[in-house]
Amino acid sequence: MIAIRIIPCLDVDCGRVVKGVAFKDLREVGDPVKMARCYYQQGADELALLDIGATFRSRETMVDIVERVSREIFIPLTVGGGLRTVEDIQRLLRAGADKVSLGSAALADPQLLARAAARFGSQCVVLSIDAGLDNGAWRVYSHGGRRETGWDAVAWARRGEELGAGEILLNSIDRDGSGQGYDLDLLRGVSAAVAIPVIASGGAGSLEQLAPAVLQGGAHAILLASLLHDGKQTVPEIKTFLREQGVICR
Amino acid sequence: MIGVIDYGAGNLHSVRKALDYLGLANSVIRAAGETAACDRLLLPGVGHFASAMERLQASAMAPVLQEWLAADRPFLGICLGMQLLFSASAEAPGVKGFGFFAGHARPYACRPRLQIGWNLVHAARPSAIWPNTASEYHYYVNGYHAVPADRNIVAAVSDYGGEFAAAVQCGRVWGVQFHPEKSAACGLDLLRRWGAS
Repeated sequence: MIAIRIIPCLDVDCGRVVKGVAFKDLREVGDPVKMARCYYQQGADELALLDIGATFRSRETMVDIVERVSREIFIPLTVGGGLRTVEDIQRLLRAGADKVSLGSAALADPQLLARAAARFGSQCVVLSIDAGLDNGAWRVYSHGGRRETGWDAVAWARRGEELGAGEILLNSIDRDGSGQGYDLDLLRGVSAAVAIPVIASGGAGSLEQLAPAVLQGGAHAILLASLLHDGKQTVPEIKTFLREQGVICR
Repeated sequence: MIGVIDYGAGNLHSVRKALDYLGLANSVIRAAGETAACDRLLLPGVGHFASAMERLQASAMAPVLQEWLAADRPFLGICLGMQLLFSASAEAPGVKGFGFFAGHARPYACRPRLQIGWNLVHAARPSAIWPNTASEYHYYVNGYHAVPADRNIVAAVSDYGGEFAAAVQCGRVWGVQFHPEKSAACGLDLLRRWGAS
């Protein structure tokens, strides 16, 4: 049985982790390498680094961060944000990323998924979907949730799988940062429609909301930001709690 | 010196970073003749069975590896690097592997077709890289797994829609289906013990 992965996610802008960060056991808050090390030591199963800066300088800094993180952190590393071409992807994989997450770029050019999968393998390609409820249907949004694309979330997930994505990172834009818990219907809809792992993201504000993403939503992994960064919970605490609910953790 | 074989695909950099972290001297091997200074070889994973064999033939590394394996010199194949030790793979019908182990690689029957994630590895017997037969989690990324003809070479098993060979060993030749270089402390310990075995 595959264990459910807990994936801390660091949003990085020009070399600094942004979003409310209040770490107990770190003197220098906001340094991605130090935070990555801390989560690795806590027992994180994977790490996600997302460049939210989307400027040339921020992207260049990300390559350097990935290079430094991968020298001392020996768990899978997923990197995303601003990747548009196979060459962009190759640079990050060379720097030490194991997977890349593609969102807006895949919507603008779906064949990018196919080209990336053909070149590096499906296991490298994570399709990131920002979904929101609109008139009773889940629509896909691009550009950080600002632009409606016309895609139905389940249909886009299926298409992404066909094109070669190896995993789906599913973010509910309605629940993101709300602390109300995951959109379980959305998770269930997508995870039932594809045969690749689905990573739940967006909405977790408490420990109690995590297990349902797996047990009811069918998620294979949970991406976490504020719940961890706020310093309220550690990775071991989260895993202990999940195990008590019957979720298999490493 | 550990020679890490570069066949153009593979997760060469990850493996080297892990070896560097452990202080195990290593160098990249791109062509036949570069193995002279090496006392162990490591064949990393990720990629396609056919293109990996093609590239190993094209760089004339294939016969060097054949000879190395036949001489029972220290060797570790990771993921695809383990599958290449077998005779063939359903991923590439008609393409021959090294055939050091009898058997072939087969796709998983269950969903998701790709095994992505941490799975328990149960060591079947005490050995140089598993001194005790504990169970530990390692990270997997694979759609195919080797099915050895000889059960005696199976050093460890995992379960993914049924039991499969997580590690195989004969003499000083090892193959692991998971990625020790991505398996946190357990994976690093395994690489350290292999490097010292």
